[in-house]
Amino acid sequence: MAHTIALAGNPNSGKTSLFNELTGSTQYVGNWPGVTVEKKEGYIRSDKRYMVVDLPGIYSLSPYTLEEVVTRDYLIDGKPDLIINVVDATNLERNLYLTTQLIETGIPVLIALNMIDIIHKNGDHIDTKKLSGMLDCPIVETSAVSRAGLKELVKTATHLIEVAEGGGKPAKFSAPVEKPVSSIMHLIEGAVPPETLRWYAIKLYERDEKVMQRLTISAEIRHQIASIVEESETELDDSAESIITNERYEYLTDVTTQCHQRKRKSGTLSTSDRIDRIVTNRFLALPIFFLIMWGVYFVSIQSIGDLFIGWIEWLFTDIIGAGIGSLLAAVGTSEWLMGLVVDGIIAGVGSVLTFVPQMMILFFFLSLMEDVGYMARVAFIMDRIFRKFGLSGKSFIPMLIGTGCSVPAIMASRTIENQRDRRMTVMLTPFIPCGAKLPVFALLVGAFFPNSAWIASSMYLLGILAVIVSGIVLKKTRAFAGEPAPFVMELPAYHMPRLKGVAIHMWERGKQFIKKAGTIIAVASAGIWILQSTSWSLQMVETQESILASLGRLIAPLFAPLGFGSWEVAVATITGLLAKETIVATFGIVLGLGNVAEGDPTLLASIGSYFNSVSAYAFMIFTLFAAPCAAAIGATRREMQSARWTWAAILFQSGVAYIAALAVYQIGSLLFL
Amino acid sequence: MTLGEARPGDTVVVRKVQGAGPTMRRIMDMGITKGCQISVRKIAPLGDPLEVTVRGYELSLRKADATMIAVEKL
Repeated sequence: MAHTIALAGNPNSGKTSLFNELTGSTQYVGNWPGVTVEKKEGYIRSDKRYMVVDLPGIYSLSPYTLEEVVTRDYLIDGKPDLIINVVDATNLERNLYLTTQLIETGIPVLIALNMIDIIHKNGDHIDTKKLSGMLDCPIVETSAVSRAGLKELVKTATHLIEVAEGGGKPAKFSAPVEKPVSSIMHLIEGAVPPETLRWYAIKLYERDEKVMQRLTISAEIRHQIASIVEESETELDDSAESIITNERYEYLTDVTTQCHQRKRKSGTLSTSDRIDRIVTNRFLALPIFFLIMWGVYFVSIQSIGDLFIGWIEWLFTDIIGAGIGSLLAAVGTSEWLMGLVVDGIIAGVGSVLTFVPQMMILFFFLSLMEDVGYMARVAFIMDRIFRKFGLSGKSFIPMLIGTGCSVPAIMASRTIENQRDRRMTVMLTPFIPCGAKLPVFALLVGAFFPNSAWIASSMYLLGILAVIVSGIVLKKTRAFAGEPAPFVMELPAYHMPRLKGVAIHMWERGKQFIKKAGTIIAVASAGIWILQSTSWSLQMVETQESILASLGRLIAPLFAPLGFGSWEVAVATITGLLAKETIVATFGIVLGLGNVAEGDPTLLASIGSYFNSVSAYAFMIFTLFAAPCAAAIGATRREMQSARWTWAAILFQSGVAYIAALAVYQIGSLLFL
Repeated sequence: MTLGEARPGDTVVVRKVQGAGPTMRRIMDMGITKGCQISVRKIAPLGDPLEVTVRGYELSLRKADATMIAVEKL
């Protein structure tokens, strides 16, 4: 019979590394049902009888955030056999704060005292044996980085489960607090499982909303509890929540002063502090940030990444495409089917996969920055701007990633704790121009504004403006209104990147991107190819007579007020839903030029007949804001965990695109033509 | 005075955490409780938030929230 071990701990405690070490490739990543909180499960590599559930990184078990509620509910209802509590030894008090609450749930706890190597390096000392005795909880020293203690951890964990033991002793509060808590415990005896009695009593004392809802106790008892709490609050002149928090930390300060000796006197700067003196310096912070981002983009998109693009294009068109083409021809496949496979699916998938190397390199750098601890500094620096429209500095990172590609950007919004903020970030991130939109801009700028370099940059500015304005507007709507989520964020100490973790992270993001390309885009490519080469009478035809063309003609009038009401452009917009890169390719195809790129002179010349300068700019704006490519929509669906929200995002983005392009064309025509 | 008025370099002791709700709870959960010492490390380049040292680690919080924490300068 499989046993379950829950892995709990603070963010930045090394919990994820530990989970990776324990479960390796057996891990499965999903979501907790119905919420946008990630759930990771896996089996212990060395002993597959034990399943490990990685709980979200949390600081406490309050009722206020999704992560905490999901964790509490899992511990109380799911009843794992053991909790391995990952405690960051360099941050003992705050980490043990969670420990006291985990112990109260009545589930056996085993502490993994992590990052013990850093303690030794600093010359500090923790009396683990004494600490274990005071908490009455087994402790294993670990260092996920050096894999020390891992074997012992597993051995201890499995042993504890077998003998059904494990710690620890709940924190003892001072007498004025113990008394009311004990009284409440008496009152609810029998209403809850005995091992959870203290947990429930403390939560009731704190007036925990969620607990009060889920307990079936009589109104009489509720009333009694309420008066006990009120009396206590008056006596101690403080709110119940505050009282309990204070009690916990008082208890912990007492424990840690007896067990933890610091070598460094408080007041002297640690290495992290010294680095931050420069990195978050008032004058240097922003320039340093831009320099780093410029470097990252230069390497991933331009120099190294660029090398790969040509290579992959060659691989897909000349090798795979031609190879499969001749194979199919050799077996006498119909021209239609050959076209579908080679020009449709392979070309379609290939055009998106050409971006994979660039994406991987970009993800690598971003994961590196996250692992080292720099991303927290970025959120710290940018918070002021985002606070204006109800978000926080944490929303900046997805948008930053969005300048490369929206797909990993949308996935990066997972780090935002507040669900409402997360959803808004996911909706607004695609407004930032992604790499795939650049060829479209390049084409139109080349054809209509060859001497104005600022037109292309204006797209970035407009993207940012759209994010800001939409943010402010959306904040006023009912769906997003409400208390701003607290921005109380730890700035973890910098540490040397764990390349293994970074590589896993990078691979996870890249894999998502490839999987989406493989499935959605293959299907969509096939679909669009069929539509563009088949007529209604199901015969192979030139694009002008295809189903796609007639669909284009059907919706073209919609775009007439925007200045580009021709079916050719309408068709390009439709294929743009598949992947923004295909817009240029589609122009090439419908204009009868075959497979061309945005620099092609014939294309530049022919495009002139479909736009004028104002409508060209309007089209650029439309492309900038409209719903993103199929892969990004897929990522949106995954992060929103709701079809309704995904549609809301698509409609919102397309709505903004339409109105903006309309305004630009109508007003622009009056002013400039 | 409140934590919001403290300047980089100041070390203060917390007297009381005013207010209630998610933000206050989060602040307390992170270790800012009655009697604990806080050092103000710096202010972010754009003027907000603050970075403080509390219980041996670095925490950033917004000025608006810092004004809810009554402190006494050491």
